[in-house]
Amino acid sequence: MPFITPDFAPALAEMTLLGALCVVLIADLFVSDERRVITFWISIAALAVTLIAILAAQPLSREITFSGSFVNDSLSTVLKFAAALCLGVVFIYSRDYLMRNGLRKGEFYLLSLFGLLGIFVMISANSMLTIYLGMEMLSLSLYSLVAFDRDSSSCAEAAMKYFVLGAIASGAFLYGVSLIYGVTGTIQFDVLTTRVAEAGSDDVALWFGLAFVLVGIAFKFGAVPFHMWLPDVYQGARTPVTIYLGSLTKLASFALATRILVEGLPALYEQWHQMLLVMAVLSLIFGNIVAIAQTNIKRMLAYSTIFHVGFILLGFFAGNAEGYQASLFYTLTYTFTALGAFGTVALLSRAGFEAENLEDFRGLNARSPWFAAMMACFMLSLAGIPPWVGFWAKLHVIAAVLDAGRFAGDTAVIFFSVAVIMVLFSVVGAFYYLRVLKYMYFDEAVDRHTLEAPADMRVALSLNGLAVIGVGLAPGGLFALCAQVIG
Amino acid sequence: MFLNLLFYTFGAVLVGAALGVVFSRNPVHAIMFLVLAFFNSAVLWLLLEAEFLAIALVLVYVGAVMVLFLFVVMMLDVNVEQVREGFARYMPVGLLVAFIMVVELGQVIWVRSWGISTLTTAPPLPEDYSNTKALGKVLYTEHVYAFELASVILLLAIVAAITLTMRKRPNLKQQDIAAQVAVRREDRVRLVSMPAEKKE
Repeated sequence: MPFITPDFAPALAEMTLLGALCVVLIADLFVSDERRVITFWISIAALAVTLIAILAAQPLSREITFSGSFVNDSLSTVLKFAAALCLGVVFIYSRDYLMRNGLRKGEFYLLSLFGLLGIFVMISANSMLTIYLGMEMLSLSLYSLVAFDRDSSSCAEAAMKYFVLGAIASGAFLYGVSLIYGVTGTIQFDVLTTRVAEAGSDDVALWFGLAFVLVGIAFKFGAVPFHMWLPDVYQGARTPVTIYLGSLTKLASFALATRILVEGLPALYEQWHQMLLVMAVLSLIFGNIVAIAQTNIKRMLAYSTIFHVGFILLGFFAGNAEGYQASLFYTLTYTFTALGAFGTVALLSRAGFEAENLEDFRGLNARSPWFAAMMACFMLSLAGIPPWVGFWAKLHVIAAVLDAGRFAGDTAVIFFSVAVIMVLFSVVGAFYYLRVLKYMYFDEAVDRHTLEAPADMRVALSLNGLAVIGVGLAPGGLFALCAQVIG
Repeated sequence: MFLNLLFYTFGAVLVGAALGVVFSRNPVHAIMFLVLAFFNSAVLWLLLEAEFLAIALVLVYVGAVMVLFLFVVMMLDVNVEQVREGFARYMPVGLLVAFIMVVELGQVIWVRSWGISTLTTAPPLPEDYSNTKALGKVLYTEHVYAFELASVILLLAIVAAITLTMRKRPNLKQQDIAAQVAVRREDRVRLVSMPAEKKE
């Protein structure tokens, strides 16, 4: 078979990011610790160039290149744009924290950009091999970012846990891929769809492979029972890394699930939707109940992440276009809400003082009413109270599940009870989000320092908070985009 | 016939070397035996016409990984007595595992006697076939994207490893080459005029 030179144009965003990343790598060598802010600005510029490249590579239709291992469609444009934008905001939130805490190493920006490249690769993957390589690239950069602060034993502990468990999850994922390859003889998603449809979905070896692949996906999401690493790593890592972990990685996990389950193995929906159901419902229940008992804000937000992951997975559980759209909407809005919430935690920390406990939010309204209002926005959105955007996200997922239930026949009762569980546990979740509001507005401040933040961080955090309420007031545009992307 | 002779010779040396790895008292000798074992299995691969894998095994494992192993073993102060302490205690478990493995191996040989076609050796490849070339062809054409991604992951690993291990420690004694070169005689040597020693 003659080889045709692949079309490189669809991968413009990846190539631009890799090039910009190498520029940051070289430029950072010539910057002294005191002037590390230069690396920050170069990284922001790299992200800006990448954003332009993403828009320039916007495809008219679905483009597959590199012998079927790379796909560029409108879903990848949206996810990549969100990821690059999100990383820019992460950098703005992190800079001041890193400077104040003596972590003046340019590698933070560099490793984060490597992680972003891994996310891009996952988003645009059209074969198991590509998606695995992207996953490893993201994981490797995250392991080293978590261990970034060498002198902190909690960072080392978190990194070690993350590394060991992550390696096991990668191993399980690869084992599943090898089984699927053994049965179907392909790792390319579009070919896989037809082969599985031809072979029929009652091959036990295929189910085994699917189960192992799902373990990998659930681990990356942090769904129960593969969630054990999540609270420890969120708490142990320095706050900028937690912002990164808490926001961007959800976009990557969403891409992982969509590409493999929806595009690669739709014929096995009967099998994977049951597995997802168990994991999602357990996540809803467990994440929420344990979050109530937390006193550490990072840990509380970590358990609340597990709860939200349950919602995202239930969008897939619904198994129709409406459900996938709701999942995408949920992922996008959750990413930016969590970004703001973790950003506020970084804002509260000062040199040598880590604002980790819920008590540190006491009387925030008296100290800084504007930031308290922003934090209230994020918390109310996460709790799912209208008109904040989190409400619409939850509503769409529940509606999609109910809609799928109408066509489910005998199993309709499962869909309806899942919807009831979702509503009930959203109410339970409201407790710990509103508790933060109680601390901020009704308790006396112990610490009366006014919050100091550079101008760009103030602007970014304000825009972030206003976006959470703005999109909540007019969710139509974003939802139309999701509907357009997943037809 | 000649091939069989080669196979059994190298196979026997391989088994002997593997036993040497386990039974030698000195860890450095154990690693030397492991090198021998790798080398012999590479020859067995050559007999299977997998030249590229054979050469890669010698280059990567013998050339790089084993040297690294040697360094680690020599630098770590392994107390051999301590490692061997629980030998008698773990003996039953070890014997059990060994027994299971022997039974499994026996089954493989037993199944072979059925003459199932899947267990026969592959037909010999044509004279001018090179599996290095075949591998290279798919690696640089069909899988070029994955190949490039792997290289980016290697770059990331380098950056991450350096970030995590290299740092400037305070009070670390180190050479300042420029200062050493620029030093003048006056900085180091002080000439003191002393009266000549008196003679009694």
